[in-house]
Amino acid sequence: MANISTLNATGAAIDAVGTELASGPRGKKPRKVLSRRNVMIYGILGLAALYYLLPLYVMVVTSLKGMPEVRLGNIFSPPMEITFEPWVKAWAEACTGLNCDGLSRGFWNSVRILVPSVIVSIAVASVSGYALANWRFKGSELFFSILIIGAFIPYQVMIYPLVIILREIGIYGSLTGLVIVHTIFGMPILTLLFRNYFAGLPEELFKAARIDGAGFWQIYGRIMLPMSLPIFVVAIILQVTGIWNDFLFGVVFTRPDTYPMTVQLNNIVNSVQGVKEYNVNMAATLLTGAVPLIVYFVSGRLFVRGIAAGAVKG
Amino acid sequence: MTDLSTSVSIRDLSLSFGAVSVLQNLDLDIRDGEFLVLLGSSGCGKSTLLNCIAGLLEPTDGQIFIKDKNVTWEEPKDRGIGMVFQSYALYPQMTVEKNLSFGLKVAGMPKDEIAKRIARAAGILQIEPLLQRKPAALSGGQRQRVAIGRALVRDVDVFLFDEPLSNLDAKLRSELRVEIKRLHQSLKNTMIYVTHDQIEALTLADRIAIMKSGVIQQLDDPITIYNRPKNKFVAGFIGSPSMNFLNGELAEEDGKKVFRTNGVSISLAGYEASEALTPGRKAVLGLRPEHIKVDGDVTTEQAHEAIVDIEEPMGADNLIWLKLAGHMISVRIGGARRYKVGAKVRIGFDMTMASLFDAGTEERI
Repeated sequence: MANISTLNATGAAIDAVGTELASGPRGKKPRKVLSRRNVMIYGILGLAALYYLLPLYVMVVTSLKGMPEVRLGNIFSPPMEITFEPWVKAWAEACTGLNCDGLSRGFWNSVRILVPSVIVSIAVASVSGYALANWRFKGSELFFSILIIGAFIPYQVMIYPLVIILREIGIYGSLTGLVIVHTIFGMPILTLLFRNYFAGLPEELFKAARIDGAGFWQIYGRIMLPMSLPIFVVAIILQVTGIWNDFLFGVVFTRPDTYPMTVQLNNIVNSVQGVKEYNVNMAATLLTGAVPLIVYFVSGRLFVRGIAAGAVKG
Repeated sequence: MTDLSTSVSIRDLSLSFGAVSVLQNLDLDIRDGEFLVLLGSSGCGKSTLLNCIAGLLEPTDGQIFIKDKNVTWEEPKDRGIGMVFQSYALYPQMTVEKNLSFGLKVAGMPKDEIAKRIARAAGILQIEPLLQRKPAALSGGQRQRVAIGRALVRDVDVFLFDEPLSNLDAKLRSELRVEIKRLHQSLKNTMIYVTHDQIEALTLADRIAIMKSGVIQQLDDPITIYNRPKNKFVAGFIGSPSMNFLNGELAEEDGKKVFRTNGVSISLAGYEASEALTPGRKAVLGLRPEHIKVDGDVTTEQAHEAIVDIEEPMGADNLIWLKLAGHMISVRIGGARRYKVGAKVRIGFDMTMASLFDAGTEERI
């Protein structure tokens, strides 16, 4: 009430002085839409987006053309006659070596590699991260340092020894072997990720759970896990894209009939016999890249929601 | 406190992290049903001591007994303790009810017993309407109440509080302070309470243990701590505004014991331990602002003249800073009495309430 009367009083005063005061600047300062700043920012952003989207556009367009049209060489022109033939061929008919069932075989191989690798690597790394963050034991810091050093060693160095180790154990060439390899190489970065996340949770929560009598696994499963959705989403994104896109381990540690999709894509694209079917190659590449793309689109949202949910203090 | 049986007993406890020694040969006996406050500035080891009692930290040496049982190697859950944390430490994904029942479920308690205990705790703490809410939907005071409830449902002998009110605003803090005191009066459990807030310590405690660098400086009831501090650290730590300290030496004039500082002699007539006052000894005289009388209130034979330097009105009280023989002395007077800066006043010291410390050891004389 007091405010209103003051306002009224001010209004009266302004009237008395004249309209000069009332017409002065007030509220938000208006900004020009086409200011130098806006032109620069949106111009550069637009150019960058164009730069990255153009190849994708060429791929999509080419994959929808028939070979006669591809041979014309107008790579930027849209297809005159849309055909899904190259997609069907890439998925189900393209030949790699002796098999002529397209990428579908590689897709299912990749799924069979991906699912256990992601689950096992995240399970192992989250428990080790939790143990390193909350259950400090003698030498835990040293163990952690060694693990981190592992992240900096180029893994090509370790391939030959690993092949020998897996051969001696007798799982070289099997999917189990590849899953183990993916788990091992996911450990350093994932453990670091989980350890830092768990170390960031309030220590008193852990203490309270111990006073409540919960043990190692109970605290992990009932206190820590429900609070860790965001970091699990991050880990899943990292692992799914990393393992799906992996080529080197796939080609080294599997046999031709269990090759993952990436290796098969390479074999389709690089096959030297006959005509280069650019439209089929483009379609095959788009199919192979689809999974990480979908993961980004789907989990990106979950990721933001997860962080928002995790930000509430208890 | 007629019951003299001990509830928690700490024997020769030491803890060090590498080369840093946090607790040194600490002994402490806490009586059954006692409210003990561990008071000290941050880094003095009070929270560390509490964590040792709770079993969350392993001591380097020494023993801990709870209810005459050696629990030094026991897990926290087997010690018969409940703990309340500064940050509440409620499980954010669980409702209040789940928060309260978690420990009981882990212990495998039957459902109807759990329900009974939750109902009782919720009744005592008046949190029944909140049971189905999640911690994020509670205010700070409500969260702390739930945290106390989590200790309550465990039906334990000893409650441990780790600065439970420090995250609350001033008004809520004083409200919950009263509630904790009421809770103690009705439950009569042993409570160990860590704080750096001297008001909480003085108002809540049966006994206060003042700690500094891992050593208990004084363990006494609040009145004794306030009026008869054992050393200069305790004297300066307790009391707000803090005690005035005057450096000088003991002397004898005309057969009477006096304290001489910057040429002024202050009569020590009335000081409790007059036989220990050997002339020539370097000493520090400590006087609380309310134990210095001004003008009309002066009852002692001896009065000194001082000049008002600054006045700090605080509502109920008025704190005036006086210049006396090169010292600045703060004096607490009634809020209605005002003085002009530069005015001359007569002051008298109440020696029965004064403290004298050895200048070297800083121990009470």
